Amino acid sequence: MEQSVPIHFPHWHRRAYAILGLLVLFGVMVAFATTIGSVQISFLTTSSILLSKLPFVDMNPTWTSALETIILEIRLPRVILAGLVGAALAIAGATYQGLFRNPLADPYLIGVAQGAALGAVVGFVLPIDWQWLGLGIVPLFAFIGALLSVVIVYNLARVGKTIPVTTLILAGVALGALWGSIVSYLIITSGEKMHGIIFWLMGSFSLTQWSEVKVVLPYVVVGVVVILLYSRSLNVMQLDEEQAQQLGVNVERLKLILLVAATLITAAAVCFVGTIGFVGIIIPHAVRLVWGPDYRFLLPLSVLSGAIFLILADLVARTALAPTEVPIGVITAICGAPFFLYLLRRKKRAVFF
Amino acid sequence: MVKLELQSVWLGYGGNVVVKDLTFQVMPGEMVGLIGPNGSGKSTIIKAISRVISLYSGKILLSGKDVSKMPRGDLARLLGVVPQMPLLPSAFTAFEIVLMGRNPHLGLLQYEGARDMAITWQAMEKTATHTLAERRVGELSGGEIQRLVIARVLAQEPKSILLDEPTANLDISHQVEILDLIKNLCLENKLTVVAALHDLNLASQYCDRLILINNGRVHAQGTPREVINPANIKEVYGAESCVYPHPVNGLPVVLPNAGYGGGARNNGN
Repeated sequence: MEQSVPIHFPHWHRRAYAILGLLVLFGVMVAFATTIGSVQISFLTTSSILLSKLPFVDMNPTWTSALETIILEIRLPRVILAGLVGAALAIAGATYQGLFRNPLADPYLIGVAQGAALGAVVGFVLPIDWQWLGLGIVPLFAFIGALLSVVIVYNLARVGKTIPVTTLILAGVALGALWGSIVSYLIITSGEKMHGIIFWLMGSFSLTQWSEVKVVLPYVVVGVVVILLYSRSLNVMQLDEEQAQQLGVNVERLKLILLVAATLITAAAVCFVGTIGFVGIIIPHAVRLVWGPDYRFLLPLSVLSGAIFLILADLVARTALAPTEVPIGVITAICGAPFFLYLLRRKKRAVFF
Repeated sequence: MVKLELQSVWLGYGGNVVVKDLTFQVMPGEMVGLIGPNGSGKSTIIKAISRVISLYSGKILLSGKDVSKMPRGDLARLLGVVPQMPLLPSAFTAFEIVLMGRNPHLGLLQYEGARDMAITWQAMEKTATHTLAERRVGELSGGEIQRLVIARVLAQEPKSILLDEPTANLDISHQVEILDLIKNLCLENKLTVVAALHDLNLASQYCDRLILINNGRVHAQGTPREVINPANIKEVYGAESCVYPHPVNGLPVVLPNAGYGGGARNNGN
C-alpha cells in the first residue's frame, strides 16, 4: 500500500528554503535598519550590540553605553514595531483575500481602517488626556473603533446563522464610507489639532517606545498563530463554500475565527502607528506571484515579507528627507500603486490568485 | 460499508418546498440514479445529504447516524461529493487540488505526510490525472477538471459518493470513462453511490436502481427496466419516445420522437 510519489515537487522545497532565506534576510534587515540614523554607528558595532542581547551569546562590550542606548532604546523598538506592523498587515491581508476569495480584499475592506481612523480622530478631538494599560487615548480609541466597526459590519451582514461574503464586503464598504465622511468633518472642525490627525492617518513610526511594542506583540503573535493553524482550511476555502463544507470544513466557524483573528491583529497594528495602506494588498500578491497560492506557504512568507518591506519603507521614511519624516503611508503608496499597475498589465501569468 | 437512508425528507429554499416526502435507501455496493427534469430537485437532494442545506423535516441517516448531528469532519470521512461543474481556484496545481481531499483526515496541527501523498497519487493514477499533476487548474479542460474532482473524492477515501451530473458537458468517450470508473469503484470497494443524471440512457446503463423525480416527488423507482418506459417519460417529461432494449446488454434505451413527425425528409416529401 505504501508507495512513494514518483514525481517530486521542487517548488515545495523552494518554498521551504524561501522561508529560511527570508528569516535570515529579516535578521540582516533589522541590523541594517538600526545601523542607519543621525548618529553614525558602524554595521559591525550595531550587529554586535544586537547579538550581545540574544540568549546564550557572551560578548565583551567594546562600545559605549550611549551607543547601546541609541541602538536598543531608540532605534530598535521603532524597527521592531515596523516589522510587527508589516507582518500583521500582510498576513491579515492574505487572510481576508483568502476568506473572501477576493483579490482586492485587504485589512481595510470591511471597515477596520475607517473604524480605527474614526476612533483615533475622536481621541484627538476629545479634550481629555488619560491612560489605560499603557495605552493613550488615541490608540485605545483607534483599537476600539476598529473592533466595533467589524462587529457592526458582521451583524449587518448576518443572515440567520450564515455570513454571505458579498453582503459582508458591501456592508463594510458602506460603513467605511460613513466613517470616512465623519472623519473628514471632524478634521475640518478640529482647528490646531488638524496636523496631528492628518499625520496619524498617513501613518508614522516616529517616537516608538518598547511599551508600544509590548502592547502590540501579544495580539500579533496570537493572531498569526491562529491564522497559521487554519492555513490548510483556507486552501480548501478557495474551492467554494459548498465544496469546502463537503471536504469537512466548518465554513461559518472558520469565517468567524479568521475574521476575529485578522481584525484583532489589524487593530493592534494600526492603533499606534496609524492606517498604513497597501501593505496588506501588495505583499500577499507579490508572494503569490513568486511562490504560488498555497496558503500553507503564502501565510508565513507574507509575515516575513511584510515585516521586511515595512522596515525598509520606514527606513526610507525617516532618511529620505531627514531630518523631516515622510509619512510611511506615502512611501507604501508610492511602492504600492505602481506595483498594482504592473500586476494589471502583466498578461503572461494572468492566473496567480 | 455504510447504508444511506432518507426517511420522509422535505427540502426547500427560503420557505419554497422543492422536495416532498422523499424516502429511499441505498445499500453498500449499489449505484442509484436520481433522474428527472431540470428543476425537479436532484441537486437539492445531493446538497441535503452532504449537509450543505438543512432539512425542513425528515431524517437522513448514514451508517445509522443522523447526518445533521454529525460533525462536518466526520461526515467528510464517510461521504464524498462530486459537485456539478465545480469551480476550482485557477492558480493551484492539479496535485494541490487532489491533496485537499485529505483535509478531513488531518487535524489542526497535522501536515500532509508521505501516506497522504501516496493516497493522493494513487487517486490521480486511477483517474489518469497524474500526468497533469504539476499543471495549473486554469489550464485544464472541462473533462480534466471533472476527472480531477473525482480524484479528489477518491483521495478522501469515503464510504459513500454523491455525484451531481458528473458527465454534464463531457463528450461521449469521457462520459463512459467517468461512469465506468465510478461503477468499478462502487463494486470493488462496496461504496454507496448516488448519482444525479440527466441522461436517461447513461442512467439506465450504469445504475442498479433509478429514482424518477417529478416536481419534488418520487414518480417511480425501481430497476431501469421498471422505471424507463414511454408512459413514465411522457408523464414526467411530457415528451413522446420509444424505449428499446440495448442491443448489447438488453437495458432500456430511450429514443425521443421528434415533434415534427419524424423521417419526413427521408421520405423525400
